[in-house]
Amino acid sequence: MAATETKLLARPGDPPAARAPSPPESARRRRKRALSYGALGQGATWHISLATALVLLASWWLATRLGWIKPLFLPSPRATFDAFIGAITGDTQGGTPLAQHVEISVLRVLAAFGLAVVTAVPVGIAMGTSRIARGIADPLIEFYRPLPPLAYLPLIVIWLGIDESAKITLIFLACFAPLAMASKAGVRSVAIEQINAARSLGATRWQVIRMVVLPAALPEILTGMRIAIGFGWTTLVAAEMVAATAGLGQMVLNASNFLRTDIVIMGIVVIGILAYCFDALMRRLEKALTPWKGRM
Amino acid sequence: MLEINDLSIEYPARKGPPNLALENVSLAIEPGEFVVALGASGCGKTTLLNTIAGFIPPTRGEILLDGKPVEGPGYERGVVFQKHALMPWMNVIENVEFGLRLRKVPLHERRRVGMECLRRVGLSDAAQRPVYELSGGMQQRVGVARAIASSPQVMLLDEPLGALDAFTRESIQELLLNLWDDSKGVFFFITHDVEEALFLATRLIVMAPNPGRIVHELHLPFARQYIETRNARATKASGEFIAMRERVLALVHETSSGGTH
Repeated sequence: MAATETKLLARPGDPPAARAPSPPESARRRRKRALSYGALGQGATWHISLATALVLLASWWLATRLGWIKPLFLPSPRATFDAFIGAITGDTQGGTPLAQHVEISVLRVLAAFGLAVVTAVPVGIAMGTSRIARGIADPLIEFYRPLPPLAYLPLIVIWLGIDESAKITLIFLACFAPLAMASKAGVRSVAIEQINAARSLGATRWQVIRMVVLPAALPEILTGMRIAIGFGWTTLVAAEMVAATAGLGQMVLNASNFLRTDIVIMGIVVIGILAYCFDALMRRLEKALTPWKGRM
Repeated sequence: MLEINDLSIEYPARKGPPNLALENVSLAIEPGEFVVALGASGCGKTTLLNTIAGFIPPTRGEILLDGKPVEGPGYERGVVFQKHALMPWMNVIENVEFGLRLRKVPLHERRRVGMECLRRVGLSDAAQRPVYELSGGMQQRVGVARAIASSPQVMLLDEPLGALDAFTRESIQELLLNLWDDSKGVFFFITHDVEEALFLATRLIVMAPNPGRIVHELHLPFARQYIETRNARATKASGEFIAMRERVLALVHETSSGGTH
């Protein structure tokens, strides 16, 4: 009896081609159908983003072309691009070529970010795994974290002077808090089963931290690193406000003093593109280092 | 031999008297026994397992393994969890040999042991795969292989099959009985599935909540029957098995209906 049932269901005689061909579906309909299933807001977005950027550029061009806004307030895309070409050869206030501005700013952000990674991650892990460390560090970080960097910039200048250390310290402080908080949250996200499994296999406390907690917290640490480097770029201009002779922030501030709006906008765009590239790099790193994220 | 003497576990409550998760539990388990704890949720069976594993200190009473008191976790007591216990940053073989790595066993030695354990759970081909690509059943097999890699005297299994589909469950039940028969050690298994409990247990303890305690103890022949015949279907379809299932179901209903849920 079981044999006849199987035969009835499987129909080995039916060639697959005998099935009725499904009607051709337009790409639009397929997409619409795909969108009505699964999580909200899924699917590729790059073409939408591209269109947004193009519309923005076009309206910028139109607004300046038709003279709606004076070039002093908003120079044309063309003028901004010319400012970029000019800056490459050193046509800025102070005569420093753009490459040098970029180099020194990138070095500042990277130095501060690197310093933050090697200090904030251990501090965050300690805060997540030790009651005493959390008790000490939590109020300090929570106090200074919401302060705007410009508020404590004067103090840092008084303490550290006007050379590189003050600038790097300011960016470092901006990176430190989000990274430490993310590391702490990462420790909190470790499954108790993973820790207990390691302990039942004979792991010491230090082995649990190094071989279970740290890798398990890595996805959140990497997210924290992304946020931190973003904060680093945000703070760059503030850091370069005092006694800087080069750097993208300094270039922008200096240009604004001379009402060179084209250089101001060009500098903003360069900072934006640089920050975007670093973020893309961090995302690549995230994918490569934590392929299990969201799958376990 | 694993001895549990007058074990009580209290969890502090926010207000009022502390919650009594286990009250005066005593149990002596000889090597070669497969003990299954059966009961509704809240009867303290996971608490009992966690205390044997050393994750929870006893409030009163003690647990002795070969006469020595249990103080914290140790690799002579292997644990298999229900889920979330594998390390996704390691591949299958690295997960299995993790315990040996913690004890600084050299790579060639631990790789050999790890591969042998994978072979015993039927996953030799998956050694280099990332664990997050495996099905739930395969992940549990990795969890079992990781526990047996340290050759524990006691295997503690906390509802390891609870999240699996019926077919996968049956095949892993048979795998566990085979491993138990090979090891001659103690297996302590938690479930709320009566049929699973009857099939695996040489000794079944039925637990009841409020406070968590052991209310019935039965010695069962079905696990040994399976080892002799290697026929799980015939064992589970026998009249004896079905009669016992009804009896145990009645016991469980009777003991858990008195609780608050």
